[in-house]
Amino acid sequence: MTNQPRRGEARQEPRSLRSPLARVLGQGSAKDGVHHWWLQRLTSVALVPLTVWFVVSLLSLPALDYATVTQWIRQLWTEVFLILLLLTGTWHSQLGVRVVVEDYVHGQGMKALSLALVTFFHVVVAVAGVLAILRVALGAP
Amino acid sequence: MTERPLSPHLSVYRMRRYTLLTSITNRATGLALSAGLVLLAYWLVAIASGPVAYRRASGVLSLGVLKVVYAILLATFSYHLFAGIRHLIWDTGRGIEREQAKRSSLLLALVSLVAFIGLAWWALHATGRAP
Repeated sequence: MTNQPRRGEARQEPRSLRSPLARVLGQGSAKDGVHHWWLQRLTSVALVPLTVWFVVSLLSLPALDYATVTQWIRQLWTEVFLILLLLTGTWHSQLGVRVVVEDYVHGQGMKALSLALVTFFHVVVAVAGVLAILRVALGAP
Repeated sequence: MTERPLSPHLSVYRMRRYTLLTSITNRATGLALSAGLVLLAYWLVAIASGPVAYRRASGVLSLGVLKVVYAILLATFSYHLFAGIRHLIWDTGRGIEREQAKRSSLLLALVSLVAFIGLAWWALHATGRAP
C-alpha cells in the first residue's frame, strides 16, 4: 500500500529529471502574496471618503438634468474626485471579484476565462468612465 | 497535479451564524456594487455624449426597474461601507475577540440599516429627481 502511487500522481511527469526540491522551488511563493491584501486595504481606505462624497453630492444635486450635471462635473474638485473614485473603485472591485472567482469558479479553463473577463470588464469601465469625465470637463460636445 | 493536502474547508468550521452571515453579505454586497459600476459608466458616457444622448439615457435610467436597482445599490453600499470599516479596524488587531466581534456584527447591522433608511429617505425626498 505504501508503494502505491497516490491518486493523480501518475499523470505528473513520470520521468522528469527534476528533483522534488527543484519542483517545489519552481512552484513556490511568487512573493507577491501581501500585494493583493495591501492594495485591497489601501483602496478601501481611499474609497470611504470617495464613495461617501459621491453619494452625498449626487443626492445634493438640485436636479439631474444635463445642464446641472455637466455644470457639477466641470468643477475642478468634482473632476478630481470622480476620476479618483473611478480608478480606485474599479481597482478595488477588480481585486474583490477576482477573489470570488478564484474561490468559486472551478476548472482551470473556466477560471482563466472568468478572470480575463473580470479584468476586461473593469478596464473598460475605468477607461470609458475616465474618458467620459475628461470629455465633459474639457468641454467637448 | 498531484493531490495535495488542502486547508480545512468551510464545512469543518462550526460557524456561528453571525460570522458566516456578515462575511457572505460583505462579499455579496461587494459583487452587487461591482455590477453597479456598469450603471455609473453608462451614466458618465451618456453625459459625455451630449444633451440629446443624455436625455435618451435618462429615459432608460429612470425606468421603474432601475429604481429598485438603485434602492438595492444604496442598501449594499450602506452595508459594504461599514463592513469594510469594521474589517479595517480588525486589521489593526482590535475587536477580534469573539464577544467583541459578536457585538460589532450587531452594531454593523444596525448602523448600515439606519444609513440605508437615511439615504433612501433622502433619495426619495430630494427635489426634482427623475434623472
